[in-house]
Amino acid sequence: MPTEAGVRRIDIDLGEVACEAAVPAGANLVTRPTGRAVRGAIETRLSKVSCAAVAVVDFSRVSVLDFSCADEVVAKLLLGPSGGPAPSGEGYFLFRVLDEVRGHAVAAVLGKRGLAAVCDVCGHRFRLVGAASPEERAAWTAVEERGRISAPDVARVLGKSGERLLAALASRRLVHRGRNGAATALSALIEQVGPVADAPG
Amino acid sequence: MKVLDVSPSLDYGNVEALYRALADAEAQPALVDARRLRWVDPNGMTALLAIGAESARRSGVQPRISLPERSDVTSYLDRMGFLREAATLFRDVPGRPRRAAAARPSDVLLEVTPVATNTDVHAVVARVQDRAGAILRLLGYPDAAVVTFSVILSEVCQNITEHANGRGWVAAQSYNWTQRLGRRVVVIAVSDVGRGFRASLADGHAARFGDLWGDAKALEAAFLMGLTRFPDTGRGQGLQQIRKQVKRWDGLVSIRSGTAQIADAASWAEAPPLVDGLAAFPGAQINIMLPERRAD
Repeated sequence: MPTEAGVRRIDIDLGEVACEAAVPAGANLVTRPTGRAVRGAIETRLSKVSCAAVAVVDFSRVSVLDFSCADEVVAKLLLGPSGGPAPSGEGYFLFRVLDEVRGHAVAAVLGKRGLAAVCDVCGHRFRLVGAASPEERAAWTAVEERGRISAPDVARVLGKSGERLLAALASRRLVHRGRNGAATALSALIEQVGPVADAPG
Repeated sequence: MKVLDVSPSLDYGNVEALYRALADAEAQPALVDARRLRWVDPNGMTALLAIGAESARRSGVQPRISLPERSDVTSYLDRMGFLREAATLFRDVPGRPRRAAAARPSDVLLEVTPVATNTDVHAVVARVQDRAGAILRLLGYPDAAVVTFSVILSEVCQNITEHANGRGWVAAQSYNWTQRLGRRVVVIAVSDVGRGFRASLADGHAARFGDLWGDAKALEAAFLMGLTRFPDTGRGQGLQQIRKQVKRWDGLVSIRSGTAQIADAASWAEAPPLVDGLAAFPGAQINIMLPERRAD
C-alpha cells in the first residue's frame, strides 16, 4: 500500500498530558477548567509540528471522562483555537478510548456540535462518532474497511456521489486525501506514517 | 426567634416543609429544631445546611440548631460530615469528629462535602470511585456503572461551580427504602444557595419568554431544552446526559430552584413534572435517586 508522503503521526497520551497540565487526580478528566488546561497543553504540542500530522489522542489511561471536559478537549480541539472550523487538510485527529462508556462521552459532545471524529474504541474497532449523514457514514465505512481507495476506484466503490462524499469527509478531516486523489482511512494512515521527528513533549 | 421544626424523618419527600417554614420566618433569626430527628437522607442533610446558610443571610444572625436527641443519629450525622459543615453555619455545633477514627458506614458513597471550586469536583470524583464499585454492585449495577455514576456526580457538582455562584454541598448514600420501594436506592443530593436557574439564565433567555419568565420557565429551559447562560452550543450537555442515564436506570431526577421544581419521574416514584408556587428558596437543589436493579 502506498504511503502518504509528508504526513506524520503524533501520539498524545492524555494521562501524561493531564499530569503536565497539573490536573488534580490526573486519571480523571472532569470539569471544564480541566478540559481547557488539557486542550491548551495539546495545542501547544501540536503548534510545534510543522508538517501535516495525524494526532492520536489517547484517553486509554483516563479513568473518568465527563461531558464537560470531553467538550472542552475533543469538540473544541476539532473546532480549533479560533472556535470556528479548523483549516482542513493540515491536522487530523483520531481519538482512542478504553471502552464504550468513555466513547459515549466523546460521541455525545461531538454530536451536540454537529461534529464528527474517528474513534478507536477498545483498541480494535475504529468508528465514526458524532454527527454524520447516513451517506457519509457509508462512505467512511467503505474507506475504513478497505484502508484506502485509489482515485480510479472511487466511483466503482462509492457510486456516482463518491467524489462528493469523499470531498465532504476530507474537509471534515475524517479521511485523508492524497494529492493523487486517493482516500485513506485514518486508521490505516497511522499505521503507514512515522511519528513526528523530535516529538515535542 | 423562629423555630423551624424538623420532622422525625427528613428526606426528599418532606423537606419542602422546612423551606416553607424558613419563608414564614422572613428575616427572623432561626432555630432549627432537629431534636426529634431519627432518620435523614442526603437531601435532608444538604437542605439543613442550605437553610442554615440562607437563614444567616436573611436575618444577619447565625442560626442555631438543636441536634437530635438520639445519640446514634447524632453519631451518624458526625460520620457523614454533616456536623463539620454545620459548625461553619450554625452556632454552638460540635464540628470536630468526636471519634478520631469513626467508622464510615459501608453504605456511604460520599459524605457531606462542600463544593466551590474545580478542585472540589475532582476530589469528589476521586473519593467516590473508591467506594462506588462495591455499593453499586450490591445494587445490581454493572462494573462500568462506577464510571457513569462518577460522571453524573461530576456534572451535578459543576452546576455549583459553573452556574450557582454560591456555596453548595453534595452527599450520596445508599440505603434500604423498604417502606416506599421495597428495595435499596442510591441517593445523590446537591444543594446550593447561589443565584438559581432563573437568575443564571435571565440575561440570555428571559426576553424570549416575556411575561412567562420565572423559576418554572427557567427550569424548563434548562432541564427540558438544555439552555444555559452561555451562548456556546456545547454547553448544557451535562444535565441532558444525566437525564438520559437516570432514565435508563429507571431513576428519578428532580431540580428545585426558586419557587419551582421540575422532575423526570421513575416508574416506581410519582413526581409531578413541574410544580410552581413553592416557598422561595435560593440556589438549586438537585435530587437523583437510583433504584436497586433486579433481574425481573
